[in-house]
Amino acid sequence: MVSPNQEFAYNSKIEGEVIVTKADAVINWIRSSSMWPMPMGLACSAIELMATGAARFDISRFGAEVMRFSPRQADVMIVAGTVTYKMAPAVRRIYDQMAEPKWVIAMGACASSGGMYRSYATLQGVDRILPVDVYISGCPPRPEALLDALLKLQAKIKTESSVKNLLKA
Amino acid sequence: MTQNDISLSTVVEKFPGVTERSSLDYKAFNVPASELLAALQFLRDELGFDMLVDLSGIDWDKETPRFSVAYHLYGTDRHEYVRVVSDCSEESEEPSIPSVMHLWPGANWHEREAFDMFGIRFEGHEDLRRILMWDGYPYYPLRKDFPLAGMETDLSDAEIQEETGTKVQAAPMAGGPFVAPQESHMGAREPRARDESWNEGKEKPSA
Ligand code: SF4
Repeated sequence: MVSPNQEFAYNSKIEGEVIVTKADAVINWIRSSSMWPMPMGLACSAIELMATGAARFDISRFGAEVMRFSPRQADVMIVAGTVTYKMAPAVRRIYDQMAEPKWVIAMGACASSGGMYRSYATLQGVDRILPVDVYISGCPPRPEALLDALLKLQAKIKTESSVKNLLKA
Repeated sequence: MTQNDISLSTVVEKFPGVTERSSLDYKAFNVPASELLAALQFLRDELGFDMLVDLSGIDWDKETPRFSVAYHLYGTDRHEYVRVVSDCSEESEEPSIPSVMHLWPGANWHEREAFDMFGIRFEGHEDLRRILMWDGYPYYPLRKDFPLAGMETDLSDAEIQEETGTKVQAAPMAGGPFVAPQESHMGAREPRARDESWNEGKEKPSA
């Protein structure tokens, strides 16, 4: 079958084994397709994070199944749960130990705003100590919501000027 | 006659300072701090109350003595509970009471929690550190004069505090605390603020 647009598509007979594209597009495609999460599971929302990793929801469909418990190997920190003031410095230190580029998802009401814990012990939103990229509502959020956040984050990464940032760094 | 048949009231006969305490459920006794260890040991060894179920501090706010500690004991053979309440001595700055961690090793963390939340010193405790809040936290959060929202203080890590510019702050209460009304149908018992005339967006009306 011959497609009418054939001559505009990539043709290995003409171009050989070369694809021409923008460096940004390639880098962002690589980055967004394999985000290794740092599972910062601090309370009940982490149960849904685990469910997202399990067979029914299967986070590996989106390339984020490699949960890394070493911050050196992680790309995206998923803060799933209540961040207490006692834990907050540790969360920030783990974030600092992650290699650039890195992103943060605040999963659930607690991580986003302190949630129902308006009390002396709870940090009122993890964005007070970390730059958050995506917030997820819910108490706890359903696994689909986490997957949606992951897709939102992938879309965000695809708009970044990676080459410029690389040269700047 | 086994341990289980010995009446609980022997503890009142044996220790002159011990009095019966009014209680809605099982038997309870007031025990002065000076007799506390001996009376608890008597309950454990002679009457068979071998399990320390709970230990907690109580803050009576304006009353003196202000702090008490309540011990809940259970006899695993007797199938019976008993509650012992003892007032803390307030001779020094901080309320204090003898530690029972040598009678029940499980008291270790209970006493650390009561110390953490009420500032009660348990004399003779081997490792009296805070257990929930971090070392160096300056307040005792379950005392009546401590607001639920908390008080401003430093984070436990000065470096992180400097880097993020974030301190421990009082949480915004916005008319809270949020309570579920106990009357009416279950479906209508959505938790709501006690005072709904103000919130984050609307200023609190000055009294
Ligand atoms: S948002 Fe809800 S489910 Fe998640 S950690 Fe907080 S209380 Fe738990």
